[in-house]
Amino acid sequence: MIKSNKTEQCNYLIRLATDRIDHSFPCNQDQQLIFFTPGEEISTQPDFLKGHGTYVDQQGILRASVAGPLEKVNKLISVKPYKTRYQGEIGDVVIGRITEVQRKRWKVDTNAKLDSALLLSSVNLPGGELRRRSVEDEQSMRRYLQEGDLICAEVQSIFADGSLSLHTRVLKYGKLSQGIMLKVSPALIKRQKTHFHNLTNGACLILGNNGYVWIGANFTDVDRSDGGFTQDLSRVRQENREVCARLRNCILGLAKSNILLSDTSVTYAYEESMKYNIRELLQPEVQLDVALLTHQRLVL
Amino acid sequence: MAEIPLSLAEKTFILHGIDADFRNDGRSRTHYRCMELETKLMDQVHGSARLRIGNTDVLVGVKVEIDTPYPDSPGDGKLEFFVDCSANATPSFEGRGGENLANEISNVLALAYQSPDAMDLTQLSILPHKKCWKLFVDILILECGGNLFDAVAIAVKAALYSTEIPKVKCATLDGGEADIALSDDTYESVKLDTTNFPILVSLYKIGDSCVVDPTSEEEMCSSASIVISVMPNGRISSIVKMGYGSVHPTTLSKTLDMGTKVGIELNNEIISALKREDELGLNREIIGFLR
Repeated sequence: MIKSNKTEQCNYLIRLATDRIDHSFPCNQDQQLIFFTPGEEISTQPDFLKGHGTYVDQQGILRASVAGPLEKVNKLISVKPYKTRYQGEIGDVVIGRITEVQRKRWKVDTNAKLDSALLLSSVNLPGGELRRRSVEDEQSMRRYLQEGDLICAEVQSIFADGSLSLHTRVLKYGKLSQGIMLKVSPALIKRQKTHFHNLTNGACLILGNNGYVWIGANFTDVDRSDGGFTQDLSRVRQENREVCARLRNCILGLAKSNILLSDTSVTYAYEESMKYNIRELLQPEVQLDVALLTHQRLVL
Repeated sequence: MAEIPLSLAEKTFILHGIDADFRNDGRSRTHYRCMELETKLMDQVHGSARLRIGNTDVLVGVKVEIDTPYPDSPGDGKLEFFVDCSANATPSFEGRGGENLANEISNVLALAYQSPDAMDLTQLSILPHKKCWKLFVDILILECGGNLFDAVAIAVKAALYSTEIPKVKCATLDGGEADIALSDDTYESVKLDTTNFPILVSLYKIGDSCVVDPTSEEEMCSSASIVISVMPNGRISSIVKMGYGSVHPTTLSKTLDMGTKVGIELNNEIISALKREDELGLNREIIGFLR
């Protein structure tokens, strides 16, 4: 009965709120998470150490400063925020969008609290020659990267104010060409040795540590020796486009169910989604089904 | 609206996709995303609805009040739209930032409902020349994820559908003064006749073709858009062009044809959704924003 009701629901364009689907999986209930809201009292005892996400008010009461579950390590109490911006770490692979061209640097949106900086001295110039950056280079900065351009970069260092300094001195980094960028929570990106994946279906996937995901539509092995500055703007073939669209819908579905994104989970989801057509993957029921099947394969 | 700058390559990818009738999320040019609709979710107003499509979230409340009709249309009621863009949607709406967009939306809505074919204002009349109902339609934009106009119009139609106007028991003229008595039973109410209420269909011109229900990325690639209001019988009650681009007359007529077709289908979907909700009865659980 429920099954038939569900399939019936799929056919409607406009759904009712009463049929809303809970995308989260029932997790093991034995470890009860206590959820704190900002300003909520955690403890009145003074013998605790205050960690991240907490503060002590004038009465000496320990309170939460962010919304999230409590974490306790011996005497150290911290509250892990439920939703947060990207906290950069050196060596992270990030996807960013240029927001501003300044003197000797580009400002990049990387989903961090402050815009990151990409210094002119930390990019590979087209042609690959290594030299000191001259005034001419500075004047033609917008020719290399302009506002709105997407780049893939690595976190080189963290400035004193917490903003990130990026670099693209390795050939795999640089400007991104045709494809789709998605935004998910940075917590959903699984930390791995490599964040560049050439999937078996031919697409190239970059899972940025900052929660930005790139699905590249360049299926042929592109020569990246120029740092991506010359772009191929020719038409992408239809089957490649379908792969990209399917990947996009799969990744968004996984993110809705809070499944960690890695090349394995994305590939599993892609394979499990093959029984649906691409547009069906936008429906909540189908998204949940694919996420469940992926989860089952992941725990095996 | 929320401006996301896109790179040339991304724009090219979207453009070629629309050209091939295959968008980035697998939809064709005339397909809408899934929507979620709920009506009567607020107790404080006479009618309310909330619509979510993609990342666009709209909340509409309808309040009715007794007012005096305009002297030049004594037999008509009044209908007023007010749009508020919450700064939750985008930081640029803070302060007076959303005012331009809000005015634009309320003007388009007023234009769509202006035609007597679309909305018969005489049903709001109580005593000609003296008293009439005035409908305040308040629209709150909570999130912007593309295709704002269509979302707002659907939510408005659903909210008006759910509106319950208190029943007037007797209305008499007593020495030139209007004397109105409302029914004692608060549940006794009249519903609006929504059969001809229009919805808005915005068609965004991207490249050489037009798409409906764009995501915010697709909106960035569009230079011009045409917002038409379509009644359930397929008639168009208003046409508004937005954006800096220009539209050729032949493209316009083709666009209108496409918009009408999509509009009729969408209207049917809305009616069927509202009917399904009605079938759930009065004791339906109110979901709202939780769960």
